[in-house]
Amino acid sequence: MTGRIHSFESFGTVDGPGIRFVVFLQGCPLRCQYCHNPDTWGAGGEEYTVDDVVQRALRYKNYFGDKGGVTVTGGEPLLQIDFVTELFTALKAKGINTCIDTSGIMFHVDNAENVEKHKKLLSVTDLVLLDIKHIDDEACKKLTGQSNQNTLAFARFLSDNGTRIWIRQVLVPGITDGDEDLKKTRAFIDSLKTVEKVEVLPYHTMGIVKYEKLGLAYPLKDVSSPTKERVMNAKRILKK
Amino acid sequence: MMQYKGWEGFIPGKWCNDEVDVRDFIQHNYTPYEGDATFLAPATEATKKLWDIVCDLTKKEREAGGVLDADTKIVSTLTSHGAGYLDKDLEKIVGLQTDVPFKRALQPFGGIRMSEGALEMYGYQIDPEVKEIFTKYRKTHNEGVFDAYTPEMRAARSAHILTGLPDAYGRGRIIGDYRRVALYGIDYLVQKKEEDKLAMNGDMTPEKVRNREELADQIKALKGLKAMAASYGCDISKPAETAQEAIQALYFGYLGAVKDQNGAAMSIGRNTTFLDIYIERDLAKGLITETQAQEFIDHFVMKLRIVKFMRTKEYNELFSGDPTWVTEAIGGMGVDGRTLVTKTSFRILHTLDNLGPAPEPNLTVLWSKRLPLAFKRFCADISIRTSSIQYESDDLMRPEMGDDYAIACCVSCMRVGKDMQFFGARANLAKCLLYAINGGKDELMKDKKTGKPMQVSPEFLPIYGDEALDFNEVCAKFDNMMTWLADLYVNTLNLIHYMHDKYSYEALEMSLHDTNVRRFFATGIAGLSCTADSLSAIKYAKVYPIRNEDGIVVDFRIEGDYPKYGNNDDRADELAVWVLKTFMKKVKSHYTYRDSVPTTSILTITSNVVYGKKTGNTPDGRRAGTPLAPGANPMHGRDSNGALASLESVAKLPYEYSRDGISNTFSITPNSLGKED
Repeated sequence: MTGRIHSFESFGTVDGPGIRFVVFLQGCPLRCQYCHNPDTWGAGGEEYTVDDVVQRALRYKNYFGDKGGVTVTGGEPLLQIDFVTELFTALKAKGINTCIDTSGIMFHVDNAENVEKHKKLLSVTDLVLLDIKHIDDEACKKLTGQSNQNTLAFARFLSDNGTRIWIRQVLVPGITDGDEDLKKTRAFIDSLKTVEKVEVLPYHTMGIVKYEKLGLAYPLKDVSSPTKERVMNAKRILKK
Repeated sequence: MMQYKGWEGFIPGKWCNDEVDVRDFIQHNYTPYEGDATFLAPATEATKKLWDIVCDLTKKEREAGGVLDADTKIVSTLTSHGAGYLDKDLEKIVGLQTDVPFKRALQPFGGIRMSEGALEMYGYQIDPEVKEIFTKYRKTHNEGVFDAYTPEMRAARSAHILTGLPDAYGRGRIIGDYRRVALYGIDYLVQKKEEDKLAMNGDMTPEKVRNREELADQIKALKGLKAMAASYGCDISKPAETAQEAIQALYFGYLGAVKDQNGAAMSIGRNTTFLDIYIERDLAKGLITETQAQEFIDHFVMKLRIVKFMRTKEYNELFSGDPTWVTEAIGGMGVDGRTLVTKTSFRILHTLDNLGPAPEPNLTVLWSKRLPLAFKRFCADISIRTSSIQYESDDLMRPEMGDDYAIACCVSCMRVGKDMQFFGARANLAKCLLYAINGGKDELMKDKKTGKPMQVSPEFLPIYGDEALDFNEVCAKFDNMMTWLADLYVNTLNLIHYMHDKYSYEALEMSLHDTNVRRFFATGIAGLSCTADSLSAIKYAKVYPIRNEDGIVVDFRIEGDYPKYGNNDDRADELAVWVLKTFMKKVKSHYTYRDSVPTTSILTITSNVVYGKKTGNTPDGRRAGTPLAPGANPMHGRDSNGALASLESVAKLPYEYSRDGISNTFSITPNSLGKED
């Protein structure tokens, strides 16, 4: 089986525990206004076989230590759920820690086949970094173009399944950093049983260059990174 | 009963049994430290005051355009200047290069023109009498070299295919075992050298005559060092009796070296484990407190920070600053499995807190997987805060060099007191590849007489036609051109080092080596990644030559993409390995001066910028005049698979072919090393 891959990062230190080999999969159904990887949205990338990726990852096994391993991110990696499942199966066979960085948007709780696929994937997944884009559904649609219902359903599914979760919240001034929303997010987190960690990711503008290269308009032109105080505030609420 | 008072309390061994063996002393007496940094003491008032003086002088020096004061008349020797101080009452470790702080010494033995030129650049005039002496009556290293250079050597030099040759200045890179001054005292060392000289008998071959003369010079230098110390009121004839005396004696040894030589890199060795033994002895006896111990180290390091040489602006441009490479190797593991980290390893790194960050001395941690965790954490903490620590792999060097080696310059390892080296600048292999394509005609320089491209090598067959370059043809021609270059390079260095020994022999530094020293012949390579990428482009993409009106290939048109060194992609990385191995085998096939052991390094840390200026467009798409990558780094921006992929590419370079060291400049922001929570 092959997957469409945007790029590799051999020294990933911010997407999951330890030092990780990060696989950026191509393609994403969301259009988050703050996305810093717009080059992963559409078609493109290169085809790689599962074995190809496993071999690449294994070169860095010495660096993984006790905690590190492989993270798949994107784009939205679960657009290619069959590929990721096969990849993780092969990695687990080699004793490598596996982690998915996802929005959960591909999860359809009413579709038995879809749920089964996710369940199969989770059987070879050590950790899920779940990016809750926005707790408020209307705001989420505005921010990402999609409803948050799948994401929240996936979170509950992970929790019921006993899968370890790290919740991620990108903090965008004026959009995701309001106290009320953050408190709602926290309340939702409290309803989950397997959340180990909540990460607040301050929005940054380093993606702008990519938009210019791709000839795309940058939606958050007038938004700057959150202040230290706002970041601290969000951490206080979310991590309590 | 020990022979000397200074040895009382130490565990005896071979080191004190009619031998000079510092390593043996260390192994018998040091205390490994596996604890953390909580014992460290802050800077004392005296330290702060002294450091304020240094900061003030540094500011004045900057305002004065880079040089605050310079000697124009007194030629620097061990005893040329009287004692000098920052503040005599506050200094625990004394000694300056001249009689006044920040006054640069006049050191013309490497070359009077360099001395004269450097002075003029900063608005000073060399004393006419000194100039006369060093042009009329006393030949310099520089004059000797240029008397003997062949036309081909001169051409290669001015075309910069050989770059940074130590032909106009001191070669440096020799590290005296300055610990010997503290452990044995001068009288003992003189006696040992006298014995060696006496034993050097029999047929007086030129080699033996030279050895006898050099030993005589070494003995004179040791006596000179004693006199220098005496001018500061210090007696170093006998072994040091306290920690302060040990640090002081060791520093005097180093100070003597920098008074004697203005070398390209004047590294200091591996001293903290040694000094820790003295500090521990004094602490145990209750003679000093931790605060005092730290103060000694702070003052010692302060002195190393203000080592200065008079150099031309071009020289400083080559090295992007005014470096002295006072490299101090710290930590590492012993061959018996004990760590060589001591409390003094912490103390010396702690100077970066007490005195603030600084590039000199070049504090270099010899890193091993097995270093104590608390020390690793301390290093990481200091690195994050100051960016002032260099790291080198002890695990890589120890098997070959044992556990008492030090680092000269930035990566070049030698066993302290047992190895020396003939430093040999770099061969620019990216340019060599262009020569292969152009049959040895320089792509940038014109012959002054004919106005045509300058023929630097003998006329080799160039590559004809406008077809895409053929990989096999280019490789065959490149191989030939490397044969020519290695031959010329080694012979140029043979000549240079003959003259340096003759006219600017490092008598003091060599007096602190074993008489039967092992010599390295340290060559170097510049432009490795550019060369590898160029070959990769020719092999995996289509590279069309673009010629100028003289038929010289001055540019390339690249069709398609190619694998690039720095992405852990064997296709490109193997080409880099091939280039290194091929060139080094050619170097090794030649006679090297004084039967030295050939080594090579890949380490241009800053001079890659200047070398790049003299190198035309290359087949990898790099533009003429733009920098080559430093050391063994991938070309800037071409490593697109993250740091580990980049490092893995570098790690494929076989160390046994590059024993003099492989450097990789690596910057990373603390944030990208992970999150704090």
